[in-house]
Amino acid sequence: MAIIDIKNVKKIYNDNDVPVHAVNGVNLSFEKGEFAAIVGPSGSGKTTLLNLLGGLDNVTEGDIIVNGTNVNELKGSKLINFRLMNIGFVFQAYNLIPVLTARENVEFIMELQKRSSQERKSRSEALLKAVGLADRMNSRPSKLSGGQQQRVAVARALAPKPMFILADEPTANLDSASTENLLDIMERLNSEEQITFIFSTHDSRVVKKARRVITFEDGKVLSDETK
Amino acid sequence: MKNLKLAWRNIWRNKRRTIITVMSVFFAVVLSVLMGSMQEGIYGSMIDNVVKTYTGHIQIQHVDYNDNQSINNVFEQRSGLLEEIESIDGVEVAVPRLKSFSLISNGNKTKGGALIGINPAKEEQLTELSQWVVKGDFLTQDDQGVLITKNIANHLEIGLGDTIILMSQGYHGTNAAGLYPVRGILAFPTQEMNNMGVYLHIDAAREFFYANNKLTEIALLVNDYENVPSVKEALIQKFDDQYNYLTWQELSPELVNFINSDKASAVIMLGILYLVIGFGILGTVLMMMAERRREMGVMVAVGMQKRRLSTIIWMETMLIAFIGVVAGFLFSWPLITYLSANPIPITGEYGAAYEQFGLEPVLFFKVVPQVFINQVLTVLAVTLVISLYPYYYIGRLKTIDAIRGN
Ligand SMILES: Nc1ncnc2c1ncn2[C@@H]1O[C@H](COP(=O)(O)OP(=O)(O)OP(=O)(O)O)[C@@H](O)[C@H]1O
Ligand SMILES: [Mg+2]
Repeated sequence: MAIIDIKNVKKIYNDNDVPVHAVNGVNLSFEKGEFAAIVGPSGSGKTTLLNLLGGLDNVTEGDIIVNGTNVNELKGSKLINFRLMNIGFVFQAYNLIPVLTARENVEFIMELQKRSSQERKSRSEALLKAVGLADRMNSRPSKLSGGQQQRVAVARALAPKPMFILADEPTANLDSASTENLLDIMERLNSEEQITFIFSTHDSRVVKKARRVITFEDGKVLSDETK
Repeated sequence: MKNLKLAWRNIWRNKRRTIITVMSVFFAVVLSVLMGSMQEGIYGSMIDNVVKTYTGHIQIQHVDYNDNQSINNVFEQRSGLLEEIESIDGVEVAVPRLKSFSLISNGNKTKGGALIGINPAKEEQLTELSQWVVKGDFLTQDDQGVLITKNIANHLEIGLGDTIILMSQGYHGTNAAGLYPVRGILAFPTQEMNNMGVYLHIDAAREFFYANNKLTEIALLVNDYENVPSVKEALIQKFDDQYNYLTWQELSPELVNFINSDKASAVIMLGILYLVIGFGILGTVLMMMAERRREMGVMVAVGMQKRRLSTIIWMETMLIAFIGVVAGFLFSWPLITYLSANPIPITGEYGAAYEQFGLEPVLFFKVVPQVFINQVLTVLAVTLVISLYPYYYIGRLKTIDAIRGN
């Protein structure tokens, strides 16, 4: 059974005089354990779709069903709580709380979930080890490289045991070595722990690693290929 | 991660800004406490001046005397009366006086003034009158001479050993007149007092006014300002409506009015000060939030409730104010304690101006806990109001816009 069902979703921005159909009638579904890339030219609607999927923005039309819950029907603190319990986020950059160490950043989100300090401690350690940062756990973000920060962000996204992880161009600010490294980590977590990743990217090296590639154009799905 | 710990770390992200804001709160507290303590000190010395140089803490008068200060509104000093009053808890001494108006002449020069009949020994205990005698001697028991205040003596061109003529109306319409040798010249710290008139022994005054055994007032020295109301209560219990009992506030309404209006104008000044400080803090809060807008967006996106985020920012604001207040308190308390023990003398022109207004030319400070408490509470209240802004701001924050950076 699909964990995400996107049904005929439209997002129209009416900021200016001309309405912008950022997402224009999209139907997609994702299964548990997918490793999917959304690609397409700039302005094709990738970010908009991920934001809708993450409950950060409202659809103009259609439904997004995550594990049986219609995300658009949630509001306020219920919506925030839904995100906390179900969705992991990795943004392009500046994901972390600057005054917290890598480890505290990872623990913090579990504290929001009210997990025991014991569990927080062991899980944050394990996750930071998994992303190759066992020796940088007590560093604050400003003391970490961009790639290291993104790896901490991945660890943090995993920490709350979400149903899936959304990552909007997670490697856009990274050099190729760091990109490679981050992708390997994501891939391994995906295959070993069945973590569902949905990410957008412009990077062909990232696209190559994806097992499913969804191509966007003008707010519509142009192609959807599974390798 | 506790909210407080996060807030604490956050305020030190921009050390300089936090220190500047803390300093502004610090200076506001120090300044306002200094001002308040100085006011209290000055009021205290003004009140002391009036109470200890003349009125006493409480006066017992004939019931009509306060409305009509006539030599006819006097009362009998029956035997044992002073002792009875002095037996009341808190009363240190009961000082009898017979006072009226008199013309004071030397040759063809005449001036009007007060004629105050005193019991030298008792008077000494309340007003320490002898300390103001600059020439000659203080009155002795059975003295028939007078002490004359400086400005009147100068006006009449009179010196020690000269004789003055006193003329007035006596008890029940009699004519009162007499010749009195000058025993001493009184120079008070204030001009107002130096214009006052003459002091003589109460027995001589009674003879002069034909008011045998009469009094216009009994001035009481009470051991503490705090006990004035209870002493008044005890007097009423004891003597009922035989007499009128006036506290120093009722005896010096102008002084009370002055203090109240002075306090009111100080409140306006403090209000402006706090407004400035308030906007300073608000500026810091606004900058803090603007800088961290995206970060706050990310926090809400990944699952932090807005209420909790607001609380953290609220704590940051309160922490800054709190540090400033505590530092201000720790600095100003010893400072004011020191200044209250070592008042600052005012010299030169300013000192002269003070004297002209009837004030001792000294800057007094007084440690009044209420002054500290008021300032601290005001700063915290101002900050509390400002710190509600984050709730409003974060409540309205659109997560998606914050993350996008617009
Ligand atoms: N808040 C907004 N208000 C108005 N129009 C918007 C807004 N956000 C996005 N758009 C428009 O919606 C369309 C899709 O934008 P979106 O950011 O989803 O594209 P994208 O595929 O992520 O592009 P990129 O690869 O450059 O990140 C664009 O035309 C964009 O201008
Ligand atoms: Mg985008």
